[in-house]
Amino acid sequence: MSAITLTLNEELVTARQGQTILEVAREHSIHIPTLCYLEGLEEMGGCRLCMVEVQGSARPVPACITKAQEGMVVATDSETITEYRRMIVELLLAERNHTCAVCVQNGSCELQTLAARLGVDHVRFDYLHQQLSMDASRERFALDHNRCVLCLRCVRTCDAVEGAHTWDVRGRGVTSRIVADLDRPWGESVSCTDCGKCVQLCPTGALFRKGATVGEMVKEREFLMRLLERRRAIQGRQS
Amino acid sequence: MTRAELAELAEKEQVQRDAKKLRLLVCCGTPCLAAGSEAVVAALRQKLAESGSPAELEVVGTGCLGPCSRGPLVTVQRKGTPDMVYERMDPQQAVALLDAYLAAASLPQQNLLPEDLPFFRRQQRVVLQTCGLIDPEDIQQYIGHGGYEALAQVLHEMTPEEVCDGVTASGLRGRGGGGYSTGLKWQLVQKGTGSRKFVVANGDEGDPGAYMDRSLMESDPHRVLEGMAIAGYAVGAEQGYIYVRGEYPLAAQRLKTAIRDAERMGVLGSRVLDSNFSFRVDIRIGAGAFVCGEETALLASIMGRRGQPRIRPPYPAQSGLWGCPTLINNVETFGNIAAIFTMGPAAFASIGSGKSRGTKVFALCGEVCNTGLIEVPMGMPLREIIYDIGGGLPGGAAFKAAQTGGPSGGCIPASKLDTPVDYEHLQELGSIMGSGGLIVMGEKSCMVDVARFFMEFCLDESCGKCVPCRTGTIEIYRLLTRLCNGSAAARDLENLEKLCHLVKDTSLCGLGSAAPNPVLSTLHWFRDEYEAHLTDRRCPAGVCGMDVKPLHLMAEELLQRVVASRVNGEAF
Amino acid sequence: MKRLRLATAWLGGCSGCHMSLLDLGEFLADIAGSIELVYGPLVDAKEFPENVDVALLEGAVANMENLELLQQIRERSRIVVSFGDCAITGNVTSLRNFFSVDDLLTAVYQAGPGTLPRSDEAGQVLPELLPRVLPLHQVVAIDAFIPGCPPEPDRIRTALESLLKGEAVQLSEEQRTFG
Ligand SMILES: Cc1cc2nc3c(=O)[nH]c(=O)nc-3n(C[C@H](O)[C@H](O)[C@H](O)COP(=O)(O)O)c2cc1C
Ligand code: SF4
Ligand code: SF4
Ligand code: SF4
Ligand code: FES
Repeated sequence: MSAITLTLNEELVTARQGQTILEVAREHSIHIPTLCYLEGLEEMGGCRLCMVEVQGSARPVPACITKAQEGMVVATDSETITEYRRMIVELLLAERNHTCAVCVQNGSCELQTLAARLGVDHVRFDYLHQQLSMDASRERFALDHNRCVLCLRCVRTCDAVEGAHTWDVRGRGVTSRIVADLDRPWGESVSCTDCGKCVQLCPTGALFRKGATVGEMVKEREFLMRLLERRRAIQGRQS
Repeated sequence: MTRAELAELAEKEQVQRDAKKLRLLVCCGTPCLAAGSEAVVAALRQKLAESGSPAELEVVGTGCLGPCSRGPLVTVQRKGTPDMVYERMDPQQAVALLDAYLAAASLPQQNLLPEDLPFFRRQQRVVLQTCGLIDPEDIQQYIGHGGYEALAQVLHEMTPEEVCDGVTASGLRGRGGGGYSTGLKWQLVQKGTGSRKFVVANGDEGDPGAYMDRSLMESDPHRVLEGMAIAGYAVGAEQGYIYVRGEYPLAAQRLKTAIRDAERMGVLGSRVLDSNFSFRVDIRIGAGAFVCGEETALLASIMGRRGQPRIRPPYPAQSGLWGCPTLINNVETFGNIAAIFTMGPAAFASIGSGKSRGTKVFALCGEVCNTGLIEVPMGMPLREIIYDIGGGLPGGAAFKAAQTGGPSGGCIPASKLDTPVDYEHLQELGSIMGSGGLIVMGEKSCMVDVARFFMEFCLDESCGKCVPCRTGTIEIYRLLTRLCNGSAAARDLENLEKLCHLVKDTSLCGLGSAAPNPVLSTLHWFRDEYEAHLTDRRCPAGVCGMDVKPLHLMAEELLQRVVASRVNGEAF
Repeated sequence: MKRLRLATAWLGGCSGCHMSLLDLGEFLADIAGSIELVYGPLVDAKEFPENVDVALLEGAVANMENLELLQQIRERSRIVVSFGDCAITGNVTSLRNFFSVDDLLTAVYQAGPGTLPRSDEAGQVLPELLPRVLPLHQVVAIDAFIPGCPPEPDRIRTALESLLKGEAVQLSEEQRTFG
């Protein structure tokens, strides 16, 4: 793999051809906020929190997907970009019902942490107060649409890692919903293997273990890379 | 069929046509059908049959002629005289017309449109040249007007590279909204490597009020197919798809007929026109989502996946259908191709202005006398389109603004009426050419309300994949709603502008990034109207209700009530 | 030294934020000399006074009384602070926004377990409910935010320390989480 050089926040850095801007930034300890992105899953580019400015590009680009290129000049946290990120988090908080005080994920939620990190101390926009339901029909897990940010980590992991493709999306725009088995109660899903991967990777309190009450749902995401590495190792041995 | 046979057929058609003393072309485009043109055709045919079907008379149901608000339209072609167009014909009037001709070879003046009507005179019909003149379900009539001759020429005289060069030289740019150079796109796909390649025609046309593509597909389906076949040859694709919006069943049906006939004739299918080139076209029907007009969403939909855009690059030209290089162009773009080769790229490039070459079809609507479908050379000043072709506003009302580009576009105020309508000039004014919707507005239109209308459309149509578009559009809509109902607060205007920039800059696809355009553009040209709504709680155009109180007024009212009750000695 | 004229107010909230304020314990005694508490549930004042330096407001705007008081506070105070999640986001108080006011009153005062006073009577003793519960900053301009449900005492302390020094409130990342 050939090496390339680019400028990240006014510093010259080297990277490998094919790396994304996000990967390069992380290697150089530059923090770029992300939400839909999760190492190990196919990028989706939906949350737009990782947007960075690239010189010569009319609009910011998503760092999680955009490949680093020779000579690129990237700014990861200009005033405009930081303000945009704040607004995006505010939009997410306004979209559904994120009452942290009564959420299972309180204290370890990625959205809550992002808001604090970006300095979102209030939401400028109207809370939409959508009346959304909760699907507690599965024996061990539950889905609370009120907390879902539509990052589709559950959809992607269940499809690509577990191979069950239980989850998908119904509707469009602000009426989009995560659905199990073409819109059946999760409890009636025949494809779900109860592996729990989606629950562990869900950034918010949308997917949780039943029985958890306020602040009790702590998630473990490291399993994903461990699992993928083991699989790679096995494949390597087989070929 | 060989090239010679094609020429022979064309000749024969022409001779037959010229032999007719009188031809009655009844417009059967969707608007005229809705106005009752089917009954007109039936009545005329019956009358002809009753009078012993004289061979020198003919009644043809054609595609759309253009001045749609005047339908049903009947065009009378008489040997040696210019065409005469009759408007608003009902069966009785049509039969009376035929009677008059049969009895005394004379034609009535009633319902006759003036011969030099600027609506027709100022147009230049390239894409629509045979729309309204031929029966869209009769391939022979298309051939009789030189149809498929360009395909034959290309297949037998040119290399694929030369075809791409020809399109580049014509200066043609995509008519689907983006305005990307068509020739360059073709070259990209041509150079692309893949086991297979595809050509896709985008006929999703989801802009509210736009019907250019529908009309073309319904009125002249073979022109689109011919363009696609030429593209297939140029880029090395043997399979084409035409993606038709689900709401256009007539277009789909006519295309289906056209594909069947073209394959029977050997101008599509295997070994097209006796060459080594094979090309098949299949129809795919959309399911009514505006976002499926976006190219990556459209391709996903063709592949049977959820119609949702993905990030580009890779562009479809690099990786499209099933990972193969795919050429996707708008239906009208394909409608230009045959003409480029029949008239020659240089002649084509001589139409238009600056970097915008050729013509553009517009759906002229709103507050204008002549609504309908028009085709004008690029660069025609807006004033001429509205006042010459459109006949101005009804009752001589004052012009306020024109909106182009639908929910992705912006408006042009009266002070810019002399702007040449082409890609560059519209962009300079903060609007876009778009696919061809052109809405004329007078003083009775409220610009805040107009912006709100388009935002409602966008929030309904957002696919929901990315946050700024999914949630930003609905928040913008709520801010606009508050402005329109009188309950806006001072910070709302500031938040509105900030949100618009966020959604524009950070949305994933063109739907989101263009959604704020109608707001930003009206804010730019008509800021005073926004301010009147906000500060004076007044709608200058008198459209908005303004009947909801903002919070501070609610509290004020309460205070007054409290004071009053204390004065009166009542307990509150 | 001039003492800081501090007011607190309890709008549509549960008083938890005020409890958390009291949890500051000794710190309150430490600053007692530097502040003058002029209004709030902790003092006996009928009218919101003029010339207040800092107003800490707990709770969301839920009814006409909240609305009137908030506007008065804004007019009479230099710095207005949204104190706690209900003030900032609407939080638990705003969970009623899923229902119409009418349905709510019927459910609580007619169909619910305690059926008296009935809703028409409730109309006379309760301040008129706003159609929607609102965060404070959607009604008036707010100068600082102390999130938390309730805000941890250390957050309140950090904020008060800055305010006493006449500086802008700046909470650390850990101190600004909602919930
Ligand atoms: C939301 C959205 C809707 C679109 N709808 C259409 C459409 O209905 N028809 C169309 O030809 N292009 C549409 N486009 C543009 C296409 O993505 C694409 O650019 C076009 O089909 C390319 O053809 P052209 O180069 O001939 O213009 C749309 C784009 C966006 C972002
Ligand atoms: S538990 Fe496993 S199988 Fe079931 S939905 Fe989640 S990821 Fe898919
Ligand atoms: S349920 Fe969780 S993982 Fe799935 S889309 Fe919603 S927030 Fe993301
Ligand atoms: S901009 Fe809108 S339509 Fe496009 S991907 Fe984002 S949510 Fe979907
Ligand atoms: S992390 Fe890149 S778009 Fe979500």
